[in-house]
Amino acid sequence: MTQADVASTANIRPRRRRRRNLTPFLLLSPAILVILFVVLLPLLFSFYTSFTGYRLIKPETLYQWVGFQNYQRIFADKNFWAAFGRTVLFLTIALNLEFLLGLGIALLINRITWGQRALRTMMMFPMMFSPILVGYQFKFIFNDNIGILNNALQALGLSEGAIPWLVDKYLAMFSILFAEIWMSTSVFAILLLAGLFAMPRDPLEAARVDGCNPWQVFRHITLPFLMPFAFIAMTIRSLDVARAYDIVDVMTGGGPAGRTELLWTLIARVGYDNARMGQANAMAYISILLSIAFTYYFFTKLIAARKYMGGAD
Amino acid sequence: MDRVLKKRIGKIVTWFLTFVLMLIISVPGLWVVLTAFRPNREVLAKPAIWIPQDPGWTNFAKIFGFGAEQIAIPVPAYFANSLIIASTSTVIALLIGMSGGYAFARYRFKFKNKIFLGLMLSRTVPGIALSLPIFIIWSRLGLIDAKLGLIIVYVALNVPFTIWLIDGFFRQIPKEMSEAAQVDGCTRWQAFWHIEFPLAKSGIASAGIFAFLTSWNEYALASNLTRSTDSKTLPVGLMDFTAQFTIDWAGMSAMAVIIIIPALILTFLVQKHLIAGLTFGGVKG
Repeated sequence: MTQADVASTANIRPRRRRRRNLTPFLLLSPAILVILFVVLLPLLFSFYTSFTGYRLIKPETLYQWVGFQNYQRIFADKNFWAAFGRTVLFLTIALNLEFLLGLGIALLINRITWGQRALRTMMMFPMMFSPILVGYQFKFIFNDNIGILNNALQALGLSEGAIPWLVDKYLAMFSILFAEIWMSTSVFAILLLAGLFAMPRDPLEAARVDGCNPWQVFRHITLPFLMPFAFIAMTIRSLDVARAYDIVDVMTGGGPAGRTELLWTLIARVGYDNARMGQANAMAYISILLSIAFTYYFFTKLIAARKYMGGAD
Repeated sequence: MDRVLKKRIGKIVTWFLTFVLMLIISVPGLWVVLTAFRPNREVLAKPAIWIPQDPGWTNFAKIFGFGAEQIAIPVPAYFANSLIIASTSTVIALLIGMSGGYAFARYRFKFKNKIFLGLMLSRTVPGIALSLPIFIIWSRLGLIDAKLGLIIVYVALNVPFTIWLIDGFFRQIPKEMSEAAQVDGCTRWQAFWHIEFPLAKSGIASAGIFAFLTSWNEYALASNLTRSTDSKTLPVGLMDFTAQFTIDWAGMSAMAVIIIIPALILTFLVQKHLIAGLTFGGVKG
């Protein structure tokens, strides 16, 4: 290095440093701007709206401040709490079953050597289906009159009449859960399978040599290794749990008589059908908090698991 | 002998379970595809007709306005809208996502994790909850029932995930490669364009396919922000069928097939990279 070089680097260094600090923000600015304009600003606006008696048909009500009245009203509303409870229950059952089934499927496919690639590709298809299509598909299958399920049951002589899959309170909930799980289990299966592929062989063999039985190997080596992958899947899933709205909207529309009403269908009904925007926005805020709670929980778990795996900063 | 038998039973059980699994995955979709090629009266028949009696393309012809029978639902217009909205929003989201993903992969800066978390959290807002304020604002801006209105929303919807994926792909490329190029006299921009971009290209393409599919499949926002053939997309159009008193199952299935086909083809192309991208971005941090 010549003297001139040394001098020039000494000159450049402070300037470079400052530029370094600015460049990432410059690169990120379009992303931040878009999110600001399309997500954050509307959310601030809807936060304001949730304190007004805004109705779509009366534009002047946008400035009618009502304080916490919307929140008081929905907290006192039995239908709201029913929908809220149903949504939490729905998410808990769906996510847990999806994880367990996904784990089972990943372990199953991992054992197969012939045709594994084809199976993996097939497994990805439900993930790419539009939720609206999944809903339609199962509306068709569970239809009490012409659905393939009732037709098959009747043809096999297993059931006399038509089972009201989408009409009965419990059966309708079951049908929707089935559709949801059909659509989303593959997220878990595929990521857990990726985890199984990435797994080092040595600890497994060492444990076997030390006399662990297959269950112990699974419980103490395979499962801890897979957990970060499970949390990625959970995080991805919790990012868009609300797409269940599409399924419910097609399959039952929240009916019959509100028996399959989830928080999201209730918001749509209050906001658009009843035009009570203020109240709907108050509900929407609660649904947003619910989603953030789910995501935040899994994301912190993911960060912890990542640290445990020894990732970068 | 006993161990051989046990192994064989294990193998049979594995294959049996796999078979059942694939049946559950494929039968619902296949049944819809089959229905798309049957006349509606056959679908409604009681007792059920299991094997198609006269399969044909009538439903598709009807939907696209060919043939004797016509249908009141303007599917070709919906198809064009879907295509324009999904591809435009994908291209924009990719450009934004590339610059953002590169920032996350290559720079250390203040609030890095917080900004990343913030971007991701923006994605957790349920579509229907977001649609309420956007509906009000867009109607003041005249963006309701306009393709542009939906494109803007879909860009915002896709940016966080695109950044996550592209960040992961850039991380897989050793920093040393672009550093070496810069030592040799390239600017950072040239190093990016000649070294990092070509290496990450297939990964970026799959992020694009993923974004395209998200827009192609979206319903909650589209159903509330669109009104007419000016901007209605295919998933929203599918619901036109249920508004009638008798559901045209055959026509609806034909339309479902039209929505599925691009998704299937693109999934097939993207599958390998998607798994790699998600796990890499997530686990290695």
